[in-house]
Amino acid sequence: MATKKIAGIDVNVNEEGFLTNPAEWTKEIAVELAKEEGIELTDAHWKVIDFCRSAAAANGAAPTLRAITNGSGVSTKELFGLFPKGPAKKVAKISGLGKPEGCV
Amino acid sequence: MSEEPRKIAFICSKGNLDMVYPALVMGWAALGNGIDVTIFFTFWGMDMINKARIDHLEIPPIANTSMKMNMMGIPGYIGIPQIMGIIPGMTAFASSLMKKKMKGLEVPTVREYMEMLVDAGANFYACKMSVDMFDLKKEDFIDGVKDIVTAGDFMDMTEGAQIVFI
Repeated sequence: MATKKIAGIDVNVNEEGFLTNPAEWTKEIAVELAKEEGIELTDAHWKVIDFCRSAAAANGAAPTLRAITNGSGVSTKELFGLFPKGPAKKVAKISGLGKPEGCV
Repeated sequence: MSEEPRKIAFICSKGNLDMVYPALVMGWAALGNGIDVTIFFTFWGMDMINKARIDHLEIPPIANTSMKMNMMGIPGYIGIPQIMGIIPGMTAFASSLMKKKMKGLEVPTVREYMEMLVDAGANFYACKMSVDMFDLKKEDFIDGVKDIVTAGDFMDMTEGAQIVFI
């Protein structure tokens, strides 16, 4: 396991750059991780991220894309528009969570 | 990140429930991971895009040696006698059991899955030969089917893609 300095904080990350401890995540880190993916975070992005953070806190795992669309009120189209080219990994990564567990 | 995105193409040739879900599950996973998805519907796979058929896909117990009575709550792996499979209503019964089980696992219905794939950017195409054979028209298809294309067109549009035949 490696550590990486993101937004001035040393955090533990895995080989794909996902935070391994969700508790180390901050909003500033999310902004930096999003930039790495070429995404400028807006209120719509935060709605998704906030939902994922609370879902993960409740269930212990990052929500699947369908859990996000069902739970946050953000449609599939919007979700793929906000986090283009691979929202499953991007949303989880920016939210400081592991990859979603589950197929849908 | 200027590299070409990975591309995957599915050829869906079956309309039985158990053969319909694989492309839906894998296609959705691919889109979630940023992989470009194209699906070509042919032969019985046309049922997946046919408005009149999409909500009525079934799974028959006949000649399905893996389907055991444990689906009905009978423990162990006791087979379903093939002769029972020919009783009217058995296919509907098996299909409703499977659909109930999937609903319990929060697996979307075929129609909902197809809508999710379209919204996520999948490209759907119908096979020209099957369209002619089944006397179908573009109006018979669900939204999201971009065009009716030939096998040759499909080969052109899937250059460099990984192809999965189901």
